[in-house]
Amino acid sequence: MSLDISNIAKSFGRFPALQDVSLFAEDGEFLALLGPSGSGKTTLLRVIAGLETADQGSVRFRDENLLAKPVRERGIGFVFQHYALFRHMSAAQNIAFGMRSKPRAVRASEAAIKAKVEELLALVQLEGLGGRYPSQLSGGQRQRVALARALAIEPKILLLDEPFGALDAKVRRELRRWLRDLHERTGLTTIFVTHDQEEALELADRVALLKDGALEQVGTPEELYHEPASAFVFDFLGDSVQLPCTVEGGIAIIAGAGVPIVGARPEGNGAAVAHLRPDGFSVASGEGAGLAARVRNVLLAGPDARLDCVLDSGEALEVRVDHAEAGKLSPKDRVTLTPKAVRVWS
Amino acid sequence: MPGFWPALGFTLVYLSFFVLLPLAALALRPWEAGLDHVWGVISHPRTIAALKLSFGAAFAAACINAVFGTIVAWVLVRYDFPGRRLLDAFVDFPFALPTAVAGISLAAIYAPNGAIGALFAPLDISIAYTPLGVMVALVFVGFPFIVRSIQPVLEDIQVEVEEAAATLGATRLRTILTVIAPAILPALLAGFSLAFARAVGEYGSVIFIAGNLPNVSEIAPLLIVIRLEEFDYAGAAAVGLIMLTISLVLLLVLNILQTQIGRRGRA
Repeated sequence: MSLDISNIAKSFGRFPALQDVSLFAEDGEFLALLGPSGSGKTTLLRVIAGLETADQGSVRFRDENLLAKPVRERGIGFVFQHYALFRHMSAAQNIAFGMRSKPRAVRASEAAIKAKVEELLALVQLEGLGGRYPSQLSGGQRQRVALARALAIEPKILLLDEPFGALDAKVRRELRRWLRDLHERTGLTTIFVTHDQEEALELADRVALLKDGALEQVGTPEELYHEPASAFVFDFLGDSVQLPCTVEGGIAIIAGAGVPIVGARPEGNGAAVAHLRPDGFSVASGEGAGLAARVRNVLLAGPDARLDCVLDSGEALEVRVDHAEAGKLSPKDRVTLTPKAVRVWS
Repeated sequence: MPGFWPALGFTLVYLSFFVLLPLAALALRPWEAGLDHVWGVISHPRTIAALKLSFGAAFAAACINAVFGTIVAWVLVRYDFPGRRLLDAFVDFPFALPTAVAGISLAAIYAPNGAIGALFAPLDISIAYTPLGVMVALVFVGFPFIVRSIQPVLEDIQVEVEEAAATLGATRLRTILTVIAPAILPALLAGFSLAFARAVGEYGSVIFIAGNLPNVSEIAPLLIVIRLEEFDYAGAAAVGLIMLTISLVLLLVLNILQTQIGRRGRA
């Protein structure tokens, strides 16, 4: 085990930002800390880096106590959401900063530093832009300079705090793929914070989902998506529809129709809430057993067709169907929606 | 840009009436008594001593303020403590106080029998009525300029930038020298210029604490007043003109330096 975080707790005044968080990262692993804002993910990252002190718990790296060391001796690369570049220094000077900060005895020669800067500029695909100042670079380029600057100190661990948070959607997707690629080449143990579930599921080897300062579930993206441990995990990882239901003998009764329950079975019978994805419905024209609804709009643009429906109970919901099925429907049609399977947590 | 000509015209007229015309009058005045007289006044040892004191003490005071004003600005920006806003308001006092009042109070406490002067008297250091006293008064009047110039820039520096420097292995000292100092340097120079310029022209507070001994603690503006009282208008204007010339050159140099430094990283 490379990085071992155990029982970390941290409060800001009366607000408990982290409560007894334990987590590990294998050597070379790409770990995502996912959660809504205020869930403590950035605080955990800052505790690891030493920018915040934990009230209790330990962080060990290869059996060495990291919390006992000051920030500058931890050898942890940190990339900030808003780049935090040195404005009065060129890209190359920014990248060289860490190498030039070393005590004279262990500092590389000026020629070696220059060579390393060139190498890093090439790695982040900014060849020839070393002389530019941060104000002359785009957001995506600035973040790559920040990354190169963090990599220049040859860190043991790389921490990224919402690295793409300030960038627009297209640049974000590009950089995401590029970062995955870079990770494969450097093999550096990397932890990144995001509130974007898509980003976490696409990039990470494992995802740790936080809620109110505590870990909700840790696992591979597949585990989290297909075996969510709680309603919160299910709802956070994708679009979710919630329907009132009654559990009876291991199946959910929704509007008179029995629907199988997947995943963990709730204990006991009675009223509960069923969760499912918007593509988990079968749609039939006319009346029948199931949820009676009226089609408000048929949206055909995009990979899935979407039906904007209003249930007779008054609730609006969006259902995903394939284009062939949606083509037969038009606004104001009466339909019956039957969930194919649902998840219920007690 | 629309409105350029009227705007420029207004600016020129305004500047002419309040700055350029009076200065031109000053530049023309000395010569009426002849070149020899002008040279006689300017090269007089008493004039040279006064000029040295005025510019030297103003420079020293601006340097002292640059250091301590920066520290005060830092404390006001970075820390939150009860009474911070009150302290912040006190910074402007030297702006608001009539300089004569400041001069009298400074003379009272820095005199050998005053509260602070008494501390130095046993060490055989006298502050009031010496060039040192002149400098104390000039530190007082120049202080707000430095604080007010640096404050907004310090507020603008992200704490994250300092944190980044720390994660990259920089010591606190290196972070201050290579990350914070370059960021505030242009503002510090601007504040320095203002404090310096203000101190060179200061009259009211200085004359009470300086003692005004010719060749020792007599400042150039006082010398101008003395010449005027002797009805030597040309001589007074000559001293004024040389002060103006030196100030102009110094401010120009500071200004160029400031734009040179400010240009880095902003282009």
